[in-house]
Amino acid sequence: MTDLGGIGVEHFIVVSAVLFVLGVLGIFLNRKNVIVILMAIELILLAVNLNLVAFSAFMGDLTGQVFAMLVLTVAAAEAAIGLAILVIYFRANGTIAVDDVNRMKG
Amino acid sequence: MIQTLAFYLFASLVIGSAVMVIMARNPVHSVLWLILAFFNAAGLMVLVGAEFIAMLLVIVYVGAVAVLFLFVVMMLNIDFAEMRAGFIKNFPLGILVALILFLELFVGLVAYGAGGIQLGTPDGSAAARMGQSNIEAVGALLYGKYVFLFEVAGIILLVAMIGAIVLTHRQRPKGARGHQDIGKQIRRRPDDATVMKQPNIGKGVEL
Repeated sequence: MTDLGGIGVEHFIVVSAVLFVLGVLGIFLNRKNVIVILMAIELILLAVNLNLVAFSAFMGDLTGQVFAMLVLTVAAAEAAIGLAILVIYFRANGTIAVDDVNRMKG
Repeated sequence: MIQTLAFYLFASLVIGSAVMVIMARNPVHSVLWLILAFFNAAGLMVLVGAEFIAMLLVIVYVGAVAVLFLFVVMMLNIDFAEMRAGFIKNFPLGILVALILFLELFVGLVAYGAGGIQLGTPDGSAAARMGQSNIEAVGALLYGKYVFLFEVAGIILLVAMIGAIVLTHRQRPKGARGHQDIGKQIRRRPDDATVMKQPNIGKGVEL
């Protein structure tokens, strides 16, 4: 259990909720730029991690920190694969504007 | 007192830099703001005593992911100004969705504050023992109860690594510069590569 002198788990949850919402907003605002979209996804995953760690610390249960590590793993894998796809897309098309990617619409 | 101060410092910096990540005109600046956001989030995690995850965050995110982003941003030669064309157009809808989402999360928080939900491992098997440091406790849990998940995480990373290599690997055509013939490389023996000469003094060597 953690005692932070007036700072409770609610404070941390509000911070992580704001981070999460900012990540979603980033996806909406930068619809054309895949790189910024990927960064916004990283922000969302960071918010999730913060939430897990805050609950884990304030409830005295370390499972949350183990799961935060797993989320971190998935975030790293996702960034690597996403950027690899981005690189080959750029090689083929010379641009990364995602709103042109509608070839599979049929 | 000092905890309160540190919390508000880290929290305001992490939110401010997250705003700058999504608002910055130049993606390189976005990456740099992202690094600041990660550092401050790590600070928040240190504040609650989760040192291991905080250090992992700095090492994995700042050391690997952010550098990967920087590489890709700088490698691709893109005009980022035209990428911002829909920024203003999407703004009202984005703000609306963000507001709804935030209100929903806030409702969830209020509901949590009202109590009634049992969270955590009920038998207390995942709690840190007295006098045990955070990294010891996480390690005991990770290599004990959750060892299978740990292995799965390793396999996920392996698959991601192979996937990234397979996706971006370019086989050069035969005869082109940079073409690699592995069979030819393996067939090569020392006799083909080196030659012994005993030149006389004052004479050159012909190869």
